[in-house]
Amino acid sequence: MALDKTEGEAGGGHKGAPFALAFGGGGIGSPFLRGLWRYTPIFLLALLWEGATRLGLVSHLTLPPLDRVFAAWWGLFSSGDLIRNAAVSLSRTAAGLALAVLCGTLLGVFMASSKWVRTTFDPLVQAIYPMPKSALIPILVLWLGFGSASKIVLIFLGCMLPVTLSAFNGARGTEEVLVWSGRSLGASKARVLLEIVLPSALPEILSGIRIALAFAFVLLVASELIAARAGLGYMIGWLGDGGVYDAMFAVVLTVALLGFAADRAFLLLMRRFLRWRG
Amino acid sequence: MAAAIKTRSIEAFGGGERGQAGAAPERTEIAIRGVGHTYRPARGRPVKALETISLEVKEREFVALLGPSGCGKSTLLYLIGGFLPVEEGKILIDGQPVAGPGPDRGIVFQHFALFPWKTVLKNVVYGLEKKGVAREERVRRAREFIDLVGLSGFEDSYPSQLSGGMKQRAAIARTLAIDPAILLMDEPFGSLDAQTRSLMQSELLRIWQRSRKTVVFVTHDVQEAVYLAERIVVMSARPGRVKEILSVGLDRNDPGLLRSRPFAEMVDHVWSLVRSEAIRAERGGGT
Ligand SMILES: Nc1ncnc2c1ncn2[C@@H]1O[C@H](COP(=O)(O)OP(=O)(O)O)[C@@H](O)[C@H]1O
Ligand SMILES: [Mg+2]
Repeated sequence: MALDKTEGEAGGGHKGAPFALAFGGGGIGSPFLRGLWRYTPIFLLALLWEGATRLGLVSHLTLPPLDRVFAAWWGLFSSGDLIRNAAVSLSRTAAGLALAVLCGTLLGVFMASSKWVRTTFDPLVQAIYPMPKSALIPILVLWLGFGSASKIVLIFLGCMLPVTLSAFNGARGTEEVLVWSGRSLGASKARVLLEIVLPSALPEILSGIRIALAFAFVLLVASELIAARAGLGYMIGWLGDGGVYDAMFAVVLTVALLGFAADRAFLLLMRRFLRWRG
Repeated sequence: MAAAIKTRSIEAFGGGERGQAGAAPERTEIAIRGVGHTYRPARGRPVKALETISLEVKEREFVALLGPSGCGKSTLLYLIGGFLPVEEGKILIDGQPVAGPGPDRGIVFQHFALFPWKTVLKNVVYGLEKKGVAREERVRRAREFIDLVGLSGFEDSYPSQLSGGMKQRAAIARTLAIDPAILLMDEPFGSLDAQTRSLMQSELLRIWQRSRKTVVFVTHDVQEAVYLAERIVVMSARPGRVKEILSVGLDRNDPGLLRSRPFAEMVDHVWSLVRSEAIRAERGGGT
């Protein structure tokens, strides 16, 4: 049931339609235009930002005008700095998240299907789950250094548990008769786990991964801000320390945009995987 | 939809025939001896669903389990299927105690239990894949059974896109496709409209007569039991016990059977047995 919420949010194209109509958007035909229309509040906010700084309502030190931020962004982009650091950050996120998805799903499904695994890992999961993972940053840097390893491990640790818990809940929620069906159609217990429990837990696993994806960006930036020599978080910290605020804002906006794009892309993927839910 | 159901029998059953005529047709295939079952939910009181059930089903026999809802029909079927552990009494299949589910006992669940993430075709193919049937052959066979239940054209639909009756027919196709020696059916025609139901009933009879599977068919529909089964096991309200076992002995190939006197009399007789149990069940069963 909790998943239906996700689906509601996922209904960008579809469920956005009544909204557009209600606002006299009858003439807005293409999904692209409808999408643009949906994000109107963001454009308004941008306009407000530009206006407030231009009119001198806000100090340029607090908030550089948006056009200067764009100019700084273009500078970072064309020099290749932005792309290089973004590539570092994204590969760290991808590696940490991929590990977390793999291990989290396996652990969750096994915990649901084996009492032995459950009793072993449950106390561990319970104890680690509420812990703020960012507290581990200094320790991981101490152990693994300033490079990518400490970021990847942090993201892995922070993202694994949400995936584990959702896989566990999803797998436990597998309808008994589906498992029975599989067994009586000749599937072994291992096959049932892979071919029946896993797909029936998939909706929950995917929404767990979506939460993990958001965590991943938080942990990425936090760890790169604190101790790193590359990455977008490192750039933000470095530009901020140097007082280059328009460039710093440019990188912050880039991070925000990447996070948003990743979430949208994941939603598309999710809808594709869950087409069968009709 | 009903009109789409093919009335021809399926050829694939040729390969599944076990032992030709004359090969000891009286062998006991399912022996149920003093079986009881108590559900022990994590929360709440234990529920005694079945008590001292004893029943023998011969090879190639068609037996109906008939009784009011809640009397333990599904439970008994699950025990035979090996989905629930036999904790009281014994159930032997071909002389061997039941040890878990297996493709020798195909089951059609009351609520279909289709894999929602698989299309109709993939659902039907699944069991054939487990059986090790070659890829092209299993798709061909799956299509035949989908055709048999009148779902041609819906091969690529997901269960969520089908009506209840269509889901049920897809589930029947999936189970028939693996050609099990024993067919366990839990109110399989319960969610079909009257016309489709009667077509599926005669199709099931045709399949059974051709392949001579052993069928245990759960229903609460007296007419259906009398029409389909050779023997009817009337069960009492909860906790389910065997109240009476009746041999039907009507000629089911007689096209006028459903309108015949003996049929009506049999239905009346069975009704009188079931009615009192249904009333007891209404009043909260035997507990
Ligand atoms: N998992 C369960 N836990 C507790 N009680 C159950 C469970 N399944 C069935 N029962 C109870 O056992 C009795 C028999 O159920 P069932 O076999 O489904 O009956 P039928 O199929 O004849 O309607 C019913 O009273 C039902 O409420
Ligand atoms: Mg039932």
